[in-house]
Amino acid sequence: MLPGLKSLAVLGLALGVTGSIPAHAETIRVKIDKLVFEPANVAAKVGDTIEWMNGDVLAHTATVKGGWDVMIPPRKSASFVLKKAGDVEYYCRFHPNMKGRIAIAPK
Amino acid sequence: MFVRLSAAIAALCLLGTPIFAQGAKPTGPQIAHIAYTAGTIDINAAKQAIKKSKNKAVVAFAKDMVRDHEAVNKQALALVQKLKVTPEDNDTSRALVKQASDKQAELAKLKGAAYDKAYAANEVAYHKAVIGALESQLIPAASNAELKNLLQTGVKIFQGHLEHAEHVAAELK
Repeated sequence: MLPGLKSLAVLGLALGVTGSIPAHAETIRVKIDKLVFEPANVAAKVGDTIEWMNGDVLAHTATVKGGWDVMIPPRKSASFVLKKAGDVEYYCRFHPNMKGRIAIAPK
Repeated sequence: MFVRLSAAIAALCLLGTPIFAQGAKPTGPQIAHIAYTAGTIDINAAKQAIKKSKNKAVVAFAKDMVRDHEAVNKQALALVQKLKVTPEDNDTSRALVKQASDKQAELAKLKGAAYDKAYAANEVAYHKAVIGALESQLIPAASNAELKNLLQTGVKIFQGHLEHAEHVAAELK
């Protein structure tokens, strides 16, 4: 990585931590249909929002072991703003056979 | 730990033997009844657990079972109404109900950690048995595409519950 880019990344991280909304943060949508996260793998940046759209009649969660936990009610959406870079695997606490992954790049 | 073959397995094993012998497959109305009954049985077991257990993980799991199976059974009822199918009681459903009420009576006598372990072990066995019955008997016999589809989603739900039940059972050891 170029030194200039690296400092930008550090700046991005700092902004993420302080809660500022980066100008070009994106919303990445993940559908849930019949107990499957679709797409199961997504790439995002710090500051982006993941929005899960639950099409099932069942409640689900997007849960990271030892990390965050998002409740996704039946036939509703729920979202989460990514704060830290890194690859995370998440699953549904109610149906642990549902798995997804987010590759989070620094800003 | 020595896990006895659960009553549920014994009941579901019947699916493979006399009831649908001589090539007789369950009909759509019978499949709908069996699937609905399988959900109701798990709801009743869970309600007993919510009353009896003081273990947080067990009670949370039981509440998940009630919520999920009620939602799925509601969906199943909506489908049979749409298809104008009247679920038909049958020997398999009756055997399932009988075995489940025997199991419930057995669990009712247990208390505390012994109850929690027995409930969790039975949930593991029961979900395995239902998955087996869905895959080997009910799904192949279902001719309506929407019913087949719902049963296939049912397999994924039961597999999810099975993994969840296994986690709970492992925590209790």
